[in-house]
Amino acid sequence: MNTAEDRLKKIEAQEYQDMVDQTKPKPTVVKNCIWAFVVGGLICTLGQVIMNFFSARGLSQVDAGSATAVVLVFLAALFTGLGWYDVLGKRAGAGSIVPITGFANAIVASAMEFKREGYIFGVGARIFSVAGPTLVFGFVVAVVIGLIKVVFG
Amino acid sequence: MANQKKLGMQSIKFENPPVLTAWATIVGPKEGEGPWGSYFDWILEDYEFGEQTWEKAESKLLRETVKLALSKKNYQPQDIELMVSGDLLNQITSSNYAARELQIPFLGMYGACSTMAESLLTAAMAIDGGYFERAVAAVSSHHYTAERQFRFPTEQGTQRSMTGQWTVTGAGAVVLEKGVYGGPRVTCATIGKIIDLGQKDVNDMGSAMAPAAADTIKQHLDDTNRPSDYYDLIVTGDLGKVGSALIKQLFVKHGIVPEPNYSDCGVLIFNETQDVHAGGSGCGCSAAMLCGPLLKKMEEGKIKRLLLVATGALMSPTTSFQGESIPGIAHAVALEYL
Repeated sequence: MNTAEDRLKKIEAQEYQDMVDQTKPKPTVVKNCIWAFVVGGLICTLGQVIMNFFSARGLSQVDAGSATAVVLVFLAALFTGLGWYDVLGKRAGAGSIVPITGFANAIVASAMEFKREGYIFGVGARIFSVAGPTLVFGFVVAVVIGLIKVVFG
Repeated sequence: MANQKKLGMQSIKFENPPVLTAWATIVGPKEGEGPWGSYFDWILEDYEFGEQTWEKAESKLLRETVKLALSKKNYQPQDIELMVSGDLLNQITSSNYAARELQIPFLGMYGACSTMAESLLTAAMAIDGGYFERAVAAVSSHHYTAERQFRFPTEQGTQRSMTGQWTVTGAGAVVLEKGVYGGPRVTCATIGKIIDLGQKDVNDMGSAMAPAAADTIKQHLDDTNRPSDYYDLIVTGDLGKVGSALIKQLFVKHGIVPEPNYSDCGVLIFNETQDVHAGGSGCGCSAAMLCGPLLKKMEEGKIKRLLLVATGALMSPTTSFQGESIPGIAHAVALEYL
């Protein structure tokens, strides 16, 4: 019926999209990558140092790994509470989101944010509002891999 | 009978233009550090304003700004017959709680960041319509309440996009009166249409709102039969750097000459060094600029005719997650020293 009108609208939107694409500042990809690489690398190096420390004290490989995760999560939570982690994240991007410290930051930030709505409907209900997807799809993948192992293992 | 007060398609003119007799603005610390710090009535030392939550702080900010504007004319809240007010939060709670304390008959407005112009023109219509003699139009926004409602928890380490804008912490209030001489007057206004050209990036509101602002400005000039240089300044609300670069291209397309009397509150309110990426946004952005520097300059006679075009991106996190595009709106209010 009004296909001509629809088409005109589409063309107008496309024209505008082109204009926007030309005008928008380009994200600073190279700078962001360097920041992410350096910060992400430093966090991982710190993890390795902690792990070597625990291994040298006689913990097994698996136990040293768990202890390292505990320490890193604690540090990220502490720095989130002190208001430092978001300053780092602003520059480092994926470099501080991808390591386990980013996961801790997402949970603690949500907990701090929603504390004012109380412990049940605030902290309890919203603590995983950002980290939730990681958990859900982490579980899904775990189940899938488990099944693969059962079938082919 | 021809309608005498309506102009063209979308504009109205005020027969007895209501006068802005008093105005006030209170802003947050970051805004105070900006280029207009000395023009604001009051700069907060922190974002809590002595309250337990940011939402309470924003409501107090709005309430205190209204009180401050009233005090400049020695009015009490009971002297005011109508309060037209809005903010960015769900159910416009900042305004509701401010109105609860002030006990002024209250109309709540929501126009996202366009609310200052929307409130101003609604209050002006109520006065010129002969229903009220004294009204107050006010809005507020708060960086952290907006951030947690529309984006991420504030302590989360996320990277902001280059097109992202910084929600202004600030409130502005204007007292409008009938039949008082002296002061800038609201002479006409244009109610905008929603224009949506399919922009979906919630980190780029400027691009979503620019077509609406261009449309409203063009409609205003057509309806009122005024050339664009009739105004000493045409100022949009919060298009930011990206949006105002776009609107300049749209002006050319519409045959409007914007230079040199066009600017944008979102670009003006912060310094380049304040790391706000594309500029300021929020209802408080146009409100703080209007009730701070712009009206001050009108009072000093440096600006005689001002067209305030506050712009709003009328989306919610829910609709954007559902894949809806961002509807943009802009309302224009002409302020003139007669």
